Amino acid sequence: MNLITRYLSLHVQEFAGAFGRALHQPFGSLMTISVIAIALALPSGLKVMVNNARVLSGSWETAVDFTVYLEMSVDDESARTLARNIEARDDVSRVALVNRTDALADFRAYSGFGEALDVLEENPLPHALVVRPNGGAQGNVAALARELDAMDETALVQLDTEWVERLRSILELARRFVDIATVLLSLAVVVVIGNTIRLEINNRRNEIEVIKLVGGSNGYVRRPFLYLGFCYGLAGGIVAAVTIGVGLSLISYPARSLAQLYDSGYRLVGLSVEQTALLLGSGAVLGWAGAVIATARHLHRIETT
Amino acid sequence: MIRFENVRKRYPAGKEALSGVSFSLEKGEMAFLTGPSGAGKSTLLKLVALIERPTRGTVLVGNQNTSRIPRRRIPHFRRRIGIVFQDHKLLDDRTVFDNVALPLLIASLRHRELERRVRAALDQVGLLEYEKSSPLSLSIGEQQRVGIARAVASRPELVIADEPTGNLDPELSLNIMQLFERFNKVGVTLLIATHDLELIDKLDHRRLCLDQGKVVNKPQLNTDC
Repeated sequence: MNLITRYLSLHVQEFAGAFGRALHQPFGSLMTISVIAIALALPSGLKVMVNNARVLSGSWETAVDFTVYLEMSVDDESARTLARNIEARDDVSRVALVNRTDALADFRAYSGFGEALDVLEENPLPHALVVRPNGGAQGNVAALARELDAMDETALVQLDTEWVERLRSILELARRFVDIATVLLSLAVVVVIGNTIRLEINNRRNEIEVIKLVGGSNGYVRRPFLYLGFCYGLAGGIVAAVTIGVGLSLISYPARSLAQLYDSGYRLVGLSVEQTALLLGSGAVLGWAGAVIATARHLHRIETT
Repeated sequence: MIRFENVRKRYPAGKEALSGVSFSLEKGEMAFLTGPSGAGKSTLLKLVALIERPTRGTVLVGNQNTSRIPRRRIPHFRRRIGIVFQDHKLLDDRTVFDNVALPLLIASLRHRELERRVRAALDQVGLLEYEKSSPLSLSIGEQQRVGIARAVASRPELVIADEPTGNLDPELSLNIMQLFERFNKVGVTLLIATHDLELIDKLDHRRLCLDQGKVVNKPQLNTDC
């Protein structure tokens, strides 16, 4: 127990030392931290944007209604029965019957072809059913559409899901792109921190030599550099999280106004607690990794002479 | 404490620094290692501290065959030896106290014990009141004494010194040597490399004379060694 507390207090001391040293050169440290923060904020920010787009497209997905136009021969009564039957299905949540008479009235009122319609002897419009599928799972919707299309009473099924599919593919592409960017920029963080640590090792060559001469092990010499890498990464992560938060709050007002124009209560989704923790954690781990690589490559070169 | 058995050291460049050195230094002894510059004094001390390894022969330190000490155990081994350098190798960005505390920190000594030993070491070299100063604010002689305090802080049985008075005037040099003698009186074994013959003539200790890579025993005064 005593040994553990001693060990811990030693580490805390060294940790504080590493932090203090980073503060000793505020400008250089700030530059390093900014670069790391940008490298971390870019993929995280893109990820937040893709997440937002997915949430948005998700809200559309449930609204993939499609329209079933019935044959002209179907009368009012059978149209109503058909609507009830379809609504009773498990994979359908709601069916709205658009009566051909109402449709004509609407068309007359809104299309501006009112007078032209008067020339026609009878109503050219069929009954239509607006079907809202249940759940919105993509495969089911297509199957349901096929089944409805196969009915004798159906003249035409118009499915409006293609654009949602396209959007989803674009989002998938964007997500992959963000993944690749994440990997590359993580590597960049490791390289930046590795390089900073390398410079720091060179700056403190003298000190390292002396420590080795008075019996400091490689582990002892290495530790403050690992802590320094960890601090840089963590600080970069914190700055990145703050940057994303500020960025989101800057665009959240215009985004809400835009959503209101579309009658949507949509609000921007920021970093969750888990995502923030992940961001800070990856910053720290990448910083540590950069320091491990730099010390492994450069510390053993400093042998006492 | 130290025993060399037919030790040779050849550097990769091809120069043979030591060619068959044999001597032994008993526990509690104090000896000067002399000889013209380039005679291999530094090399010999480096072999003792395992900064270098011999090309041939055996180096025993404290009855331990140094060739059996693996690389990763070297730091541990060095903690048992105090080393004093000509340029004292102090860290300018730390206080005198922290400089002396360095080997004790590395040995992860308890804080209270560490403070006690640092103060004791500084007291022995007469610099207790400068513990909070930067080494840069001290004179060269005082800096060298801080270096000595650091070497003895962990209470090693063996202290080696490479030209510890190389940069000092005769009076300060004598002062440093007398300091070493005081440590020797309490049982510390010392091996001090120096080319200042005039200085060691004033002191009555054994001399190991290195010449052309070999130890020649010339105990009499006023020779080349």
